[in-house]
Amino acid sequence: MLFADLLFFGMAVFIILTAAGMILSRNSVYSALFLVLNFGAVALLYIILGAPFIAMAQVTVYAGAIMVLFLFVIMVLGTERLRETEKLPAQRVITLILGVLFIIATTIVVVIRSGPLAQLQAPPPGFASPADIGMTLYQKYALPFEVTSVILLVALVGAIVLTRQNQAGRIDFPTRRKR
Amino acid sequence: MVPLQYYLALSVIMFSIGILGVLLRRNAIVIFMSLELMFNAANLAFIAFARYYETLNGQMFVFFVMTVAAAEVAVGLALIVAMFRTRGTIDVDEMNSLKG
Repeated sequence: MLFADLLFFGMAVFIILTAAGMILSRNSVYSALFLVLNFGAVALLYIILGAPFIAMAQVTVYAGAIMVLFLFVIMVLGTERLRETEKLPAQRVITLILGVLFIIATTIVVVIRSGPLAQLQAPPPGFASPADIGMTLYQKYALPFEVTSVILLVALVGAIVLTRQNQAGRIDFPTRRKR
Repeated sequence: MVPLQYYLALSVIMFSIGILGVLLRRNAIVIFMSLELMFNAANLAFIAFARYYETLNGQMFVFFVMTVAAAEVAVGLALIVAMFRTRGTIDVDEMNSLKG
């Protein structure tokens, strides 16, 4: 029990540091790698919380597929060292003040004013086992699961249409072709 | 075990860092990665509540959030590539006209 608590606090510090490193680093490749570390650490928290299937999906889908896609686009476009223009200098100061206020306000509402601390009980044996997940997914959530396939198909078609080029090398938007 | 509120506090902090990233950075790809960080914070809250109530519904929601996030990343990155091709930059301050 004590070991799990120590692991949580270590992971929490690591997650916050990698998230801060993600938004602070000037090079977007470093940002993407910080985000991979962040996703891996969150996956470890999912395992502590008794969700091994979601943890594995997090590692393969998020840290694996999505972040590789990000790195691919960053490196293909060659914009990893973007010159950051500063058109609204006051915005940065206001953002920092309001962001800190947001953290304080939500922490007060979520943590301090939500009554006594809710202790997590040990889950029943077999909780969130692959068989359990499969039964829930294909019985209770069968319709959303099928709708998901349509969403993925639309995203696939949309990504291809948006990045397709015509002969002149210009992007061939469907609306532009009619003119 | 650590109480439920500690996980929620971590989720809040992650979400706020994501908001700060969206507001502070000008690189469209970093803004997009901050969005993913916010998704992740929401997922952590879902998983923590699923454990607290000992039900699988929260985990199923996280599963669907991940699928939609994957679709959103594919379309969003395609949009960023299209913007880079027409404008030559992915600085969001440079994107001030709707007509490409």
